[in-house]
Parts: sequence; C-alpha cells; structure tokens
Amino acid sequence: MATRIHVQTTLNGEAVEFLCDSRQSLLEVLRDDLGFTGTKEGCSNGNCGACSLQVDGVLVDSCLVLAAEVDGQAVNTIEGLASPAQLHPLQQKFLEHAALQCGICTPGFIMAAKALLEKNPKPTEHEVRYWLAGNLCRCTGYDKIVRAVLDAAETMEASA
Amino acid sequence: MAEATAYQVIGTRPVRPDGADKVTGRAIYGADVRMAGMLHGKVLRSPHAHARIKSIDTSKAEALPGVKAVVTHKDLPEAPDKIANLGEGAVNLKFLSNNVLAQEKALYRGHAIAAVAAVNVHVAEEAVNLIEVEYDILPSVLTAPEAMEDGAPILHDGMTTTSLGEKTDRESNVASHYRFTLGDVAEGFKQADLIIEREFDTATVHQGYIEPHNATAMWNEEGHVTIWTSTQGAFVVQKQSSEVLGIPVSQVSVIPAEIGGGFGGKIPVYLEPVAALLSRKTGQAVKLVMSRTEEFESTGPTPGSRLNVKMGATKDGRVVAAEASLAFEAGAFPGSPVGPGGMCIFSPYSFPNMQVDGYDVVVNKPKTTAYRAPGATNAAFASETIMDEFAEQLGIDPLQLRVMNGAKEGDRRVDGPTHPRIGFLETVHAALEHEHYNTPLEGPNRGRGVASGFWFNVGLQSSVVINVNSDGTVSLVEGSTDIGGTRASIAMQAAEVLGIPYESVRPTVAGTDGVGYTDVTGGSRTTFATGYAAYEAANDVVRQMKERLAERWNAETEEGATALTAEDVTYSGGVFGCSKDAGKSVSFQEMAELMPRTGGPISGRATVQPRGVGGAFATHIVDVEVDPDTGKVSILRYTAVQDVGKAIHPSYVEGQIQGGVTQGVGWALNEAYLYREDGNMSNASFLDYRMPTCLDLPMIDTVLVEVPNPGHPFGVRGVGEVPIVPPPAAVANAIYRATGQRMTDLPMSPGYVLDKMQS
Repeated sequence: MATRIHVQTTLNGEAVEFLCDSRQSLLEVLRDDLGFTGTKEGCSNGNCGACSLQVDGVLVDSCLVLAAEVDGQAVNTIEGLASPAQLHPLQQKFLEHAALQCGICTPGFIMAAKALLEKNPKPTEHEVRYWLAGNLCRCTGYDKIVRAVLDAAETMEASA
Repeated sequence: MAEATAYQVIGTRPVRPDGADKVTGRAIYGADVRMAGMLHGKVLRSPHAHARIKSIDTSKAEALPGVKAVVTHKDLPEAPDKIANLGEGAVNLKFLSNNVLAQEKALYRGHAIAAVAAVNVHVAEEAVNLIEVEYDILPSVLTAPEAMEDGAPILHDGMTTTSLGEKTDRESNVASHYRFTLGDVAEGFKQADLIIEREFDTATVHQGYIEPHNATAMWNEEGHVTIWTSTQGAFVVQKQSSEVLGIPVSQVSVIPAEIGGGFGGKIPVYLEPVAALLSRKTGQAVKLVMSRTEEFESTGPTPGSRLNVKMGATKDGRVVAAEASLAFEAGAFPGSPVGPGGMCIFSPYSFPNMQVDGYDVVVNKPKTTAYRAPGATNAAFASETIMDEFAEQLGIDPLQLRVMNGAKEGDRRVDGPTHPRIGFLETVHAALEHEHYNTPLEGPNRGRGVASGFWFNVGLQSSVVINVNSDGTVSLVEGSTDIGGTRASIAMQAAEVLGIPYESVRPTVAGTDGVGYTDVTGGSRTTFATGYAAYEAANDVVRQMKERLAERWNAETEEGATALTAEDVTYSGGVFGCSKDAGKSVSFQEMAELMPRTGGPISGRATVQPRGVGGAFATHIVDVEVDPDTGKVSILRYTAVQDVGKAIHPSYVEGQIQGGVTQGVGWALNEAYLYREDGNMSNASFLDYRMPTCLDLPMIDTVLVEVPNPGHPFGVRGVGEVPIVPPPAAVANAIYRATGQRMTDLPMSPGYVLDKMQS
C-alpha cells in the first residue's frame, strides 16, 4: 500500500488532522474514518448531490473530492450548521415546510441551499430550482423544498 | 363516523419527531451503522445477462492480504422449491435464495455470484476482481413479447406456465396467466358505436430512492444473527433471512435503521443474508453497501410491459366493453405486479363488461419488485389514453366522460370485489371545478391532459404499544419504518384519542425484538393500519384508566352506594369524569401520576389486521408545452386531485402526492432501462438514467378531497401510491392536445415524441 497522506484541515471550525490513502474521497474519510456520517452517499459519481458540502466556501460533491485535496482548507458539513441553541433557518424551514420525507437527500440540499443564499440572498424560484438541480430528491417532488429555501431566504434577509 | 368531529390534533401540521435529527445529519441510516472491528464487503456480480456458471475459483481472492472471507451460493443451505408467504406475498424460496447468490445460472447482468469481506472496501473490491468465474454464455431475452415467442431462450429449465390455475406442460418463460372477467365483453362490443384498440409498450423503470441498499450483520458465537439495515419491513427481512439462511426466525434480530427512500424497492432481501454469511465465516460484523450501478443492475426495478387494450363506447359516451391483455416483465424470477395491474386498470369505472388477461413473464433483467402502486401505472397509461380518445372522438369533455362512467359504492371491479364508499367521482368533480381546469391554456405547442387512477391499498398487520409516563406523556412503540413522516401521523392518532398534545406522544420505531409483528411500510398502509393500531392501543390506555378510576372512586364512596363501573367513567378533552357524579374530575396527567397507587404501570397495546381498507382515487390535470424542434416536453402546470379519506397531517399527505406525481412524470418523460444487444444496461447511473430534477418541474398543486373511509375510525385512506398512477397518461393526453399525436410508448422522450410528430 502506498504511503498514507497526512492532511491538516479545518472541519466545521475545528482543526482536524488525518491520514488517508490517495484513493480515498473526502466523503469516504469523513464518513468512515472521522465518523461524520451526516454527509450522505447516494451515487459516488457526482450525480445526486447527497454528499454536498463546502470546501473553503465552495459547494462541492464530496465524493468527487479527494481527501488529500483539502489539506490546508476549511471543510464545512451539515454537522456544523446548527448552533447549540437553535437550528439554522434553512434547517428550521425544511421542518416547517415538510421539505423532507425520507431525509437522505436533506443534508445535501441544505448545504447546497446555504451556498446559494451566500451568493444570492434573494433568489427567485427559478434561481433556486436552477441552483438545486444538482441535488436529487426522489420523495418530495421538490415543491416543498423550493418553498422552504425561499422562506429561509426571506427569514435570513429580515434578520440580517 | 367522524365527518363532523372537531379534532384537536388530526388535521394539524406539526413537525415530525425525527425532524431535527434528519436536518442536522444526526439520524443514523443503514450506511451510517458502524461496529468495532467491522469488516467491509463487496459483491461480485455477473457481467452477463444469461450464463451458466461452470466454476468459481475464489483462491486468489482469499489469498489477498486483508481478505477475511469469500462466500458463494455453496455457503447457503439448499432452498426448497416451495412457495412461502414472506410478508411480501408469496415467494418461492428457491428463487429467493438464487437471487441472493446465483446457483447454477446467472440470469441477469448484475446477478450476485460471490461476495468478499475484507478490512476495507477497497481491498474487498480488489478481491472481488480476483475471483475467477467460468461462464457458458447463453442467449438472453429482455422483453416480455420476445420472451413469449416460440424459440425464445428459456431462463428456467423445466418451468411451465400455470394458466388459469392449471399447470400446463410446455416449457416457457410465461410463469403464469390469469383472467378476470365481469359481464360478457363480446356482447358489450356489439353494443359499441366506437371501438378503439391499441398496443402500448412501457419501459423498465427503477424506484430511484437516493439511499443505496445496505446491510450490516453480526453472526455471534451462539448462532444468533443481528442485522442492521434500511428496510421497509424489519419483520420481512427477519423472515426472508431466516428462510434463506435456514435458521429459525428467533435466531434473527433485525434492527431497522433510518431509511432513505424505498417506494417498494426496499422490501426484498439482497445483501442481508450475504452479510450474515460473511459474518459467520469471519466472526466479525460485516457491512455491505451497494453502489448506484449495483442498484440499477441488481435491485428493483418495476416491469416494462406490453399492453393490448380494446374498449368500446356508445355514441353518448357510455363505455360498454373493455378488454386488456397485459404482459409484464417479471425479471429473472416470476412475480411481476401484473396482478395488481389488472386489478386497477378499469377500476375507476363501472363498465358493464370487462375482461383482463395477465401474463407474468421472466426475462434476463433483475427480479422486479414493488414500485408505488405496482402495475397500476403501466395499466392506466393504456386505459386512460383510450378514455381520452373516446372523449375526443365523441366530442365529450374528458372529465365529463369520467363522470358518466365513474365507479360508485356498490359497483364491482373486474377482479371481483365491490367498491365500498369511495370518492372517485368527488375527485372528478373537484377537478372540473378547479381554477386550473377552467383557465384556458393559450399558446402554440401547448396542450392540457387529464387522467385518473386507482390503487386498492392494503391493510395487513400492525402492532403498537403505548406506555404511559408518570408525567402524563406517553411513549409509543411501533414497527413501521418511517419513510415520510409516519411517526408523526401515527402519534397524532394516539394523541387524538388520549386527549393530550401531539408533543406528549413520543413515537419510536422498534426492531423485531421490540414490538409485535408489523408488516412492511408499503401498500399505503402505514398511517391507515399502524395508525389504527395506535388508535386501539390508545383506547386500551383509556379503558385501563377508566377501570382504575371506577375502582378508586368506589373506595372513596360511602358504603351502600351503588358501585361504579368503567362504563360510568367518561373521558373527554383530556379529563376523566363520572356520568353519575358531575363533581368528579381527574385529568390524564393526574391519572398518570396515580399509576403507582392504582395498580402500577399502564401499557396499552393493540395488534390489528384491519379489513376495512379504503381504495384511493386520483384525477390529475397537466399542461405541457412540446418543443417542435426537439420533441422535448415541458410541464407548465400540474394539479393533482385525490380522495385522501381524512388527511391526518395535510402537509405530509401533500408531500406524498407531489412526490408520486414527480416520479410519474419521470416515468412519463425520461426514465428507462436502456440495454445493449448483449443484455447489458447502458445507463446504470443517475447521469444517464434521468430522474426529474427541481428544474424540470413547476410547483405541484394538490387538492385533498376527503371522503372518509368507513373502515377506519378517523376515515383514513392510504395516500402514498395512487398519485403515481395518472401522470404518464395525463402527460400523454396533454401531448396529444399539443401535437395531434397519440403516444403509445413510455418514456415519451424527446426522440420518441419528435418521431411521432414527424410521422
């Protein structure tokens, strides 16, 4: 086996270091080695968006990022979104709007929506749909997800 | 019945109890399960659609460092060639066992051949590639019509058709043939002024849940197997695993993890017995998770089908005869949903003469399994298209045609049962009155279509226990895995009976060791049947409390007074009273506090097998625009009307409808298993198997019509499945209005639509 790679990163604001194989994806290391299983695996080839998270603020499919690539970068996952006291507005609105059924795509959708609202705090319905088209949901028909994101945007804008 | 009842909890929209854990990533799904020393497995799958397995040499794989065990079908006990009811209907145990690990033949690309357990998944993958299998490649057959031809390659040596209950003697890929008859179709067609006959073909499609199949098993030193898995039914996994492994049910415990979608596809076992075998060989827990390619090639799908439908109507719009011949792909082993397809095809209507022939045909594709109203969507595509042609050719509004022919209470279905109180006509009237239907659709290349659908729903068996806590809250233990908010819809029914807030009921989904037998989350049964059990268990709590209060009040009463019985104790709005003494009053919470002084803990329990299943009907309206240059169809507007009986949690009911519509739109426009000549699938990924994204759809309007089901205390009907039934036909009818071309094939992909437009 090849020499393992030493990676120093920031995970949800905490310094984390790990050893990985060159072939391991960020998704695999997060889930299998670091125990951060909130990021979900749906296809492992970048087609479903279930593993969406942010690396240095950029939305990525973590199944398409090698773990070794995040050395020196900041990784933000679904586990880091809520504060101890309360859920993030996106999380809250997903619950209020019944925007999840089985919930497996939900962390990915929320992380993708978070990245959208950082770029575009007041998206139109079409902009939400365009941005989230990389995330598949098979349960909801997307209606309630889109409403939740639009409502969260309004809430965040009002409190900003 | 409860039509006029003002409910406290039912009909509200609380947040589900598992919600916070699911939006924070904390909820544990099957693939999130981990155990100390856990090994990772990988399955070797057949690269051929049809091949005899001559030999399997696992020695090189076993020699790879990090590999702990390899298993093949030889590690499974010989399965008897007998039919057993395993909670998903009848299953032939030999077929089940052979699907888990192929025995003599690989019957489809992706058929499991062997499996490896290793220290990590990468080593397991490398090891799988070192297994040497010698195949004798056989010709394959991929569709029902081809498999029914004389001289077609035969999948199962010695299999003959069971026709109308009789075994025939000719070897065939047709496993069975049934016929439903009502009236006399030949006579009916004589009365018809207009007869339309068409042939339809629908492609194989997949359930497409986002979470892949997974199983983690530990076979311990005492021979007890524990399985953690994402499943629609823990008890089904328990029973099927015990049969495949040849050990008693009591030796298998199944702990259901959270489940990332199922739609029928997470009922059968695939990985569970394999993980168990690997664990037995290694003495370690072993986890198996499928890749997306394995999902497409080895699980699901729902059948492709050939549908020949002939219907006759009088000039004034009365359909007098309807005849269908349905040939469904079962996949590699018998058991397609052609039966349900036949049960549903004409059931929104009261046609006087009907006949359905159904053929269950094995082909070299993965064994089909249930997918949301299995069989009904295929069937409705044909019958609802012809209904639209009648409307057009007779100059009758398509919804009015449905009013004229719609089924009502007392009408018989072609398969025998008589409709109880149903709400089909109510859905049609609601559609007729809807603003969508009354707003003209303008613009070129646009069309509006309607279609209806039926799904019978099921009841089956459920168990619930409610334990009263000392502070007046309760815990509710149930066995229905929660795929879309059923913890909430079940807890709400208990809270309504108990007269306590929704938040005071804490529901838990237990495994096979923690709750009584409960059938799958499927058949649109969970809120209906497990909700019924919750209703009964809550009533059991109330009954026990009444008995205790009668006894307690008797002890306080002066001697000589007439003794109170439980019947004298009333319960309303969370407060117990006495019909013979208006001064007595004890709240639920006070009664809970009194438990240690009135006889100890109170647990209410119920096991149910409710018979009063209420069928579900839906009528959908869709507007489309067809790109004249590419044939691409865009959905402009969608309204789904459905009789939901009583919506316990309206948001979750709407969600079921919106999700079903979206799957139906995908089935209509894009989704299909594409095969190469050699029987290998060429689009086994989410990139190439194109499911709808949020950019493909508008908002989906829902109209909840509530015609209470008399067979449920709150009037609940199952709601989850019927919304997938009308979309392909509704979209096809809309495309017709836009293009003047009738669609007879699914999917109606751009190339297909363009060909039709240019023909």
